[in-house]
Amino acid sequence: MAVAAAAARVWRPSRGLGRAGLPLLRLLGARGLARSHTHRWQQQRHFSSLDDKPQFPGASAEFIDKLEFIQPNVISGIPIYRVMDRQGQIINPSEDPHLPQEKVLKFYKSMTLLNTMDRILYESQRQGRISFYMTNYGEEGTHVGSAAALDDTDLVFGQYREAGVLMYRDYPLELFMAQCYGNVSDLGKGRQMPVHYGCRERHFVTISSPLATQIPQAVGAAYAAKRANANRVVICYFGEGAASEGDAHAGFNFAATLECPIIFFCRNNGYAISTPTSEQYRGDGIAARGPGYGILSIRVDGNDVFAVYNATKEARRRAVAENQPFLIEAMTYRIGHHSTSDDSSAYRSVDEVNYWDKQDHPISRLRHHLQSRGWWDDEQEKAWRKQSRKKVMEAFEQAERKLKPNPNLIFSDVYQEMPAQLRKQQESLARHLQTYGEHYPLDHFEKQVPPNTLRSQAVLEACSARLLHWAGSLVSPFSTLSYTVFSQGLGEGTSGTGHP
Amino acid sequence: MAAVAASAGWLLRLRAAGADGPWRRLCGAGLPRGFLQSASAYGAAAQRRQVAHFTFQPDPEPVEYGQTQKMNLFQAVTSALDNSLAKDPTAGKDRVFNTPLCEQGIVGFGIGIAVTGATAIAEIQFADYIFPAFDQIVNEAAKYRYRSGDLFNCGSLTIRSPWGCVGHGALYHSQSPEAFFAHCPGIKVVVPRSPFQAKGLLLSCIEDKNPCIFFEPKILYRAAVEQVPVEPYNIPLSQAEVIREGSDVTLVAWGTQVHVIREVAAMAQEKLGVSCEVIDLRTILPWDVDTVCKSVIKTGRLLVSHEAPLTGGFASEISSTVQEECFLNLEAPISRVCGYDTPFPHIFEPFYIPDKWKCYDALRKMINY
Repeated sequence: MAVAAAAARVWRPSRGLGRAGLPLLRLLGARGLARSHTHRWQQQRHFSSLDDKPQFPGASAEFIDKLEFIQPNVISGIPIYRVMDRQGQIINPSEDPHLPQEKVLKFYKSMTLLNTMDRILYESQRQGRISFYMTNYGEEGTHVGSAAALDDTDLVFGQYREAGVLMYRDYPLELFMAQCYGNVSDLGKGRQMPVHYGCRERHFVTISSPLATQIPQAVGAAYAAKRANANRVVICYFGEGAASEGDAHAGFNFAATLECPIIFFCRNNGYAISTPTSEQYRGDGIAARGPGYGILSIRVDGNDVFAVYNATKEARRRAVAENQPFLIEAMTYRIGHHSTSDDSSAYRSVDEVNYWDKQDHPISRLRHHLQSRGWWDDEQEKAWRKQSRKKVMEAFEQAERKLKPNPNLIFSDVYQEMPAQLRKQQESLARHLQTYGEHYPLDHFEKQVPPNTLRSQAVLEACSARLLHWAGSLVSPFSTLSYTVFSQGLGEGTSGTGHP
Repeated sequence: MAAVAASAGWLLRLRAAGADGPWRRLCGAGLPRGFLQSASAYGAAAQRRQVAHFTFQPDPEPVEYGQTQKMNLFQAVTSALDNSLAKDPTAGKDRVFNTPLCEQGIVGFGIGIAVTGATAIAEIQFADYIFPAFDQIVNEAAKYRYRSGDLFNCGSLTIRSPWGCVGHGALYHSQSPEAFFAHCPGIKVVVPRSPFQAKGLLLSCIEDKNPCIFFEPKILYRAAVEQVPVEPYNIPLSQAEVIREGSDVTLVAWGTQVHVIREVAAMAQEKLGVSCEVIDLRTILPWDVDTVCKSVIKTGRLLVSHEAPLTGGFASEISSTVQEECFLNLEAPISRVCGYDTPFPHIFEPFYIPDKWKCYDALRKMINY
């Protein structure tokens, strides 16, 4: 396989280590220090006592003899880039991306299909059919505009409110539902709460619940992409709340210092559950933090799908060409509740929500734009609403009917191989169910995995492992070849017991 | 007599310290020579730098892996890393590098590299500083494969970190945090006792398809020297090693403490005529239950020792499992000789650590139970 990399941390000079510790530290750090490559700004310093210029290694700046604190500018913050007005009209024709009709219709259909799916799945949670759900109302533009500007193979790290990215990449409704229902078709094998989607084939890393943890991970992935000369960008989505986490700071700083081709995409939707932005930060949002790390940053109207598209497109082009990070803060509004466990009427007015729903919604703005171009009309709207609803309902009904995966799947994939102790525990559960099975909802779960599936899966795994090994020795990890071998197309029997 | 000899020894060591010695530096600071009295001037019960609490015993030179070279533990680690780096033909200066000072970033970044399939070896400067990365390790790295249904994993991540007491490390340069991670399914935790073990185990961790944490006993970095193969080789994970066979008591430890209990075994044989079986656990998670239980079934007595605090330390897990599996074989309660339930103190280190006398005493009590 390809690339090996090692990270050594800069030694800490002042931790009260004592003399004996320093040589030790030097030794530990020596590898990294000796081998680290010289960055652009690290010039050979010539120290001259005649020179009155600052010599400090930590900043490149002039002296000033006037005491003055820099005022953070929050009254007139970083301006918000937009292409369309609220009625969907292009404001500055030179900013029109001139996308073909087919593509713009795909934007519209992705956003509306997502919206329809959200309504039905939210409702299904209210009815007790699934345990939990998070809607994307109001933020569909941020997902679709950015996804459309990427290559299909650009790696996506999300937070949890980016289903539109997967929708745009044609993730089937069946699989969205399968994950929410945790049924036998779930690629995640029923292990996570709803909306924790993942898809290797579509280069969408599986969602996890802890916030902002994906940010430094995305940076590492981008670094690996750079080393592999993959000409790929990594995009990392997160909310303005998650941007307060330490991991966000870590990710930004690493991306800048290690020169990674990454797009940081912040969905600033006004709320982190019930915490409004006024209680989340005091500075000028997230975009203003970028320059502090040395990152090129922009703020865009997240409800303007073309603005999101343009910004992401340009960021992608430059991130890959220049190996540096970009920060896009997409201003938007979370129209829905945080999740089905939230009732946002407790902390915001219905009027406020209605304003965004009625006056500044990404879907309506795009629809007005489409209509003004003659690419869409009320009849098509009516037909599409009916069709999309039908598609969603069909997938929904099917997902409901399917069984859940075999409980043996509790024990696989903890490690690549199952350790002896875990196998013992698996056997212990099996024995327990033999005696006490009537007290468990076994009827809803798949019985023993069919032997044919196990055997064919094992054969397929062995073949794909061999093929991958061969492929891996030839190509970089970002090759599409290595990805398609790992596709989830193992047929219906994806509920195997994992590795033999 | 012993005190005087000791202080004379201290003076000799000081003189031998040469250019780096404290005398030279203090004199260079412009202080008059008589400013600091020699240690012997303070009296017979002189302060002296402590002697190590263990004696490193090198294993016999390995013959099955080709040419060997004398290496200490950090050189063995470096050798493993060199071997590993050499596997990738795309050599480049951007493969071994500094990062900003941020453990959660280091581990998160390493996870991201591993997710793409590349190998990442992240260093946390001291195990005491691994805690900012705890979330990334426990909530992310350990669960990556499981939560994604094996769509994604970060198996090619290895985290290595200096570990354990060093004589003067105090609270924040002496910790042994393996117990925190032992409670986390999805990662592997490995602790070597020697240079030869370190290289083989580290290479196994790097090649293992699961995220691994490799703790390196820092006190052994220079103190442990033995012949180590120059070429790469693997020592299997999750396999404990019986390094001394015996019939009366089983002693289990890992890392530096293995050398302590080895000495205890020799003392027990000499003073009590007791035959000890000494086991180096090597992998803490998943640990080799079979080897330990097999031994206890034979001996009927178990003593587990580690520097980490007693309560919730990994000896608890071993003890609990062994009493489940080998209850009727036990002749005495299982003994745990560990650090006290305190943070790791500085000046009191000689009293804090589970030294050979404490282990010997516990062993004696077990024999006489």
